[in-house]
Amino acid sequence: MNAIKFLFAAYIATWVIHASYIGTLVLRFRRLRQQLKELGQAK
Amino acid sequence: MKRLFPILSVITAASLAYALYQALVVAPTDALQGEVYRIIYYHVPSAWTAFLLFLINFVASVVYLIRRSPKADIVAVVSAEVGVVFCTIVLVTGPIWARPVWGIWWAPGDIRLTSTLVLWLIYVSYLVLRRFSSSAQTQMLAAALAVFGALDVPLVYFSIWFFRTQHPQPVIGGGGSMDPRMLHTLLISWLAFLCFAFLICWSRFRLELLKREVEQAHAMESLVGAGASAKASMPLSRSSR
Repeated sequence: MNAIKFLFAAYIATWVIHASYIGTLVLRFRRLRQQLKELGQAK
Repeated sequence: MKRLFPILSVITAASLAYALYQALVVAPTDALQGEVYRIIYYHVPSAWTAFLLFLINFVASVVYLIRRSPKADIVAVVSAEVGVVFCTIVLVTGPIWARPVWGIWWAPGDIRLTSTLVLWLIYVSYLVLRRFSSSAQTQMLAAALAVFGALDVPLVYFSIWFFRTQHPQPVIGGGGSMDPRMLHTLLISWLAFLCFAFLICWSRFRLELLKREVEQAHAMESLVGAGASAKASMPLSRSSR
């Protein structure tokens, strides 16, 4: 049935949204760690 | 604590994989909708998780308004942000499910759909307020907004009981019946999503702590810098007298 593509679209969309959010978390972690490192070096 | 995170990550990954297997293989096919009904195993647990996170946000905001506790403020911002992610999934998977079943992507004016969209907009504006406002009152204003925003959660949940809507009746407590294997799969999926949400919240909590540490370090640095420049300007000001 053609409707199966909607099922897969929904599942894929869910994991794309979660992966994107986790990606932003990782980027924010990296940026903050870098800032903290720079502040430590400045001291 | 450092060991607990990888252990929890493995448990969460295993439970999500098991939930996916249950949803796609074990759960029976729906007599009316066919295979597409299996979207329920992502759509409904995401909605329940979002509601739970908004409830946590509400409690943390009330605690912050009463006690001005920084930890309550962190819990509030973390739960709102992760709640918005889950609510986004609800708003994306809902129309994907509606298209083959109702023949339309969105039912304009439908109370369930509209109130969910409004709920999402309220918490997005909460996050925007926190991100871009530089006022000293930001945390308090955000907490007040969260308290009013939470009023929309029961409206979303009970709207299908009190109003005529295109959306189906609730899975649990709605008077309808569900195959026990379907219900079992739904609860397993919710449990897996709860574990996943907890893990994300934990990471986001650590991120917020790190962010505040960096902000504090920046503030200390500018204080030290201001103190040094004030010292440097002291002899000049004396000699000018």
